[in-house]
Amino acid sequence: MQTTLSPPAPVENASAALPALGTVRLTVNGTAKTLQIAPWTTLLDALREYLNLTGTKKGCDHGQCGACTVLINGKRINSCLTLAVMHDDHEITSIEGLANADGSLHPLQTAFVDHDAFQCGYCTPGQICSAVGLMNEGQAKSEADVRELMSGNICRCGAYPHIVDAVTEVMGIEKQA
Amino acid sequence: MNPFAYSRPDSIDSAIDELVTEPAAKFIGGGTNLIDLMKENIEKPSRLIDINRLPLTDIVELPDGGLRLGALATNADTAYNPLVKERYPLLSQTILAGASPQLRNMATNGGNLFQRTRCYYFYDTSMPCNKRKPGSGCGALNGYNRIHAILGTSDSNPLTTCIATHPSDMCVALAALEAVVRVEGPNGERTVAMADFHRLPGNEPQYDNTLQPGEIVTAIDLPANGFAQHYNYLKLRDRASYAFALVSVAAGLELEGNTVTNARIALGGVAHKPWRKTEAEELLVGKEAVAANFRPVAEKLLEGAKGYGHNTFKIDLAKRAIVRALTEAVTMQKATPQ
Repeated sequence: MQTTLSPPAPVENASAALPALGTVRLTVNGTAKTLQIAPWTTLLDALREYLNLTGTKKGCDHGQCGACTVLINGKRINSCLTLAVMHDDHEITSIEGLANADGSLHPLQTAFVDHDAFQCGYCTPGQICSAVGLMNEGQAKSEADVRELMSGNICRCGAYPHIVDAVTEVMGIEKQA
Repeated sequence: MNPFAYSRPDSIDSAIDELVTEPAAKFIGGGTNLIDLMKENIEKPSRLIDINRLPLTDIVELPDGGLRLGALATNADTAYNPLVKERYPLLSQTILAGASPQLRNMATNGGNLFQRTRCYYFYDTSMPCNKRKPGSGCGALNGYNRIHAILGTSDSNPLTTCIATHPSDMCVALAALEAVVRVEGPNGERTVAMADFHRLPGNEPQYDNTLQPGEIVTAIDLPANGFAQHYNYLKLRDRASYAFALVSVAAGLELEGNTVTNARIALGGVAHKPWRKTEAEELLVGKEAVAANFRPVAEKLLEGAKGYGHNTFKIDLAKRAIVRALTEAVTMQKATPQ
């Protein structure tokens, strides 16, 4: 289906006319949400500023740190480098959507607590969403794979060893001696 | 980010029509580079034409034994595709050496071709840059140019100087494999050899590639020979993962016994496009696959290389990387994790 979120008339240059707000339907953590937003709203800003889901963090806002990691149809992406309007029929999962309905934590959340896999905690929602995506994507078979395939998430506190402990434990990967 | 309009055409023809009607518009695929450049006020499209719902995601076998990679297949889906892994392991390894899992899940094969340089001066709008603003000068030439090009640069005229590198890993493997880019535009379809897709800065550093206005990349075709027995992507960078290459080498060899019958070598991180020199590859044919025979190849590939101070180390680094990459391609044993 043809989708257009702006007046069809060509825009001469970016400042000549402000495109109208458009209606975007996002399915976030299993719930359908309808938003009136501008096309330049990133998915990260839509989650944080329009849906009040502030668990997803804005770190660098340039796709370099991974703090904004969310899942689209089960795969992880950087929500700062994509537009909300591009995802109107996708299943979006943020850190708020991982725990069970009864409030019990996702096994990775539990493992992060058990292994003290954070210090300041700012990168943690992105780390955990990334680890969920890592498991869904099914490519990591060893501890070395986990380290490599978690490299899109930076932790400036340096909690990496404990993060690897948490992820490998949930995945049932034996630690290297 | 500047305001822009957004549309999502449902056919390739309407996508092309939209771009022809509005030349200041841009296609968006994964958006991993474009949105970043828009946040930095480097790209200011009047409209984003979202091509993600076009039917260009398939990876299919070709009658000639090759493989067609849809322009909108993601880098991750391409690298992990069973046919790519089996027949083009060089490409799979190369894609997985680039970016992060998140970015590879977003980035498309077509979009990868259009990545722009990560030159600091291109990214900093307060600095001169002939690529970003033609005729404004080059901040890198006498600036901090550690990541910059050593081959094929343009440095004789201050108004066209450019020593930027092409940032892609994937394109380096595509160059080595002699991939062919399939393009559609207002005048129909055409194909472009990888060697001709990207360009050197010359007098027009603002142009990264040879695509014409209104054209869209629909697929990348891989020839039947994937050099799947002896291959290597060696990427040298400042950290073990998730960093751009300082120097990279994509190598493919065909051997009879220990004699080279066919060789492909492309370099990344050293020029405005993946760097290949067929004369260097020909030096190897009929020779024994040993380091002593790889060194003249490295010298040939780096012929005419020029350092600009901070990046001069790349000349020796590239030579050693070529010898190591070829040595590892023979044994298929990597000295260090990549």
